[in-house]
Amino acid sequence: MLERQQVDHVARLARLELSDAEAEKMASELSKVLDHIEAIRSLDLDGVEPTSHVVDVVNALRADVPHTSLAPEVALEQAPEPTAAGFGVPSPGASAE
Amino acid sequence: MSSDLLDLTGAAAAAAIRAGELNAGELFDFYRGRAADDDLNAFTWVAEGRPVPAAADAPLAGVPLGVKDLFCTEGVASQSGSKILEGYRPPYTATVVQKLTDAGAALLAKTNQDEFAMGSSNENSAFGPVLNPWDRTRVPGGSSGGSAAAVAAGLLPWALGTDTGGSIRQPAAFSGIVGLKPTYGACSRYGMIAFASSLDQAGPLTRDVTDAALLLRHMVGKDENDSTSLKFPGEVSLPSRQDLAGIRLGVPEELIGAEGGIEPGVRESFDAAIALAERLGATVHACKLPHAPYALSAYYIIAPAEASANLSRFDGVRYGLRLAGDVDLTTMYSRTRGQGFGPEVKRRIMLGTYALSSGYYDAYYGTAQRVRTRIADDFRTAFDQVDFIVTPTAPSTAFELGAKSDDPLAMYLNDFCTVPMSLAGIPAISIPCGLSDGLPVGLQLAGPAFSESRILDAAFALEQALGFDGSIARKGGARSER
Repeated sequence: MLERQQVDHVARLARLELSDAEAEKMASELSKVLDHIEAIRSLDLDGVEPTSHVVDVVNALRADVPHTSLAPEVALEQAPEPTAAGFGVPSPGASAE
Repeated sequence: MSSDLLDLTGAAAAAAIRAGELNAGELFDFYRGRAADDDLNAFTWVAEGRPVPAAADAPLAGVPLGVKDLFCTEGVASQSGSKILEGYRPPYTATVVQKLTDAGAALLAKTNQDEFAMGSSNENSAFGPVLNPWDRTRVPGGSSGGSAAAVAAGLLPWALGTDTGGSIRQPAAFSGIVGLKPTYGACSRYGMIAFASSLDQAGPLTRDVTDAALLLRHMVGKDENDSTSLKFPGEVSLPSRQDLAGIRLGVPEELIGAEGGIEPGVRESFDAAIALAERLGATVHACKLPHAPYALSAYYIIAPAEASANLSRFDGVRYGLRLAGDVDLTTMYSRTRGQGFGPEVKRRIMLGTYALSSGYYDAYYGTAQRVRTRIADDFRTAFDQVDFIVTPTAPSTAFELGAKSDDPLAMYLNDFCTVPMSLAGIPAISIPCGLSDGLPVGLQLAGPAFSESRILDAAFALEQALGFDGSIARKGGARSER
């Protein structure tokens, strides 16, 4: 049900590099799971509100008071490429749009 | 002395230390030794030395604690079982871990788990699979498999896990111990490496119900670092109930039958436990959860959708693995993620990304969210008639390593009985209710939001009457010697 072309498109959206073999396997495995999931589309859900969260909390706000958070050097400590300006990354290069 | 120490539950050890009959440092060394000799692959990290002693009046009195790898622990590797977080040492500690250490728990170990808590067998870990102490050819369940196996084998007195669709309850069932998933919002999620934020909850994995109550008591509460956390009404009480007089148990036909894949041996053990509950004074009522059979489908849309968003943070920029070489930014992202994540995590990211993608969003995610409403409504209706819902925790007992690893759908069906409660956000406990062919069977007891103290009380009464003997696994596991 899921074509190889769709798998490649979704993998691109998810920023996941998949090998050819992985993408082929993914197409068949995801198709099986999606077939099973399809069952819920047979339910009559007209007028049912969606639940995104079971807890009845809206707009949990805190007071707008400055407080100490992670020091920059601590935040950068785990980075693969820490720089004086922040997190270093490769150039966007040719793929930049 | 050693075998005496091993026989102490967490609560009993804490009481003995506080009474001056036991030295916390000696207990720590005893468990450190056992954890260091672990042959189940239950741990990702074990402390090297004794921690700072707990205050004399600390309720948990320095009793050692293991926590699932995905709990951030300051300065201690926390990888959520994934290669993509190789070498990550968080600059802060998860709230529930901090609360427990503030109450006197001594952090002894981090436990192995399915990568990013995605799995029901602990076979999806970058650290390799965990073995079940009842039978080392079998899985301990997942995703909190390391915590479950370690507690069952007596390598830890007690441990923390997390439950998104059953990841505390199912491994507790497979390993013959107690596991509690609290009400969504009861415990802070701050510092838990996220899987599905509207479902994830931390909870205890323990030898008995009293231990679960004691740990939970010191975990709950509103946290300013988690805006979805809630104030717990009152204090979690330690269970004492000896009977079930006046308790109405609801048995949902949708979750106990062969159509849910419930194995005959599991059903037999479950039925015997229900008969015992009746002898303790409970009344048993057939009840309906009409949408429960659809829960698994809704869950396998909602959880992967949330995961695909949560896991976008792992991109080789701020922490963890980066695989690059001379490539551009987008290739660095994709390559790091393609090689840093394991197969199951990639599968769920793909599933979630697909379900949220343009043109499919309402058909999948929107529909699943509406089913979620129906499921929560089903429980509300049921709880007008009964006090608790009881089901087997998992359709089967622990299966053999590798038995389901090539069939994602078969693996997902493990969560059949546990996922409905997760979607409804309600608390549920799994307690061992017997053996089927020498392997533990779990019984699940679920109640309305914030009914933890009542659930624990009822589970305690049943536990006393069942008299399940978990010492077999602590002594090496009967089946392994056949």
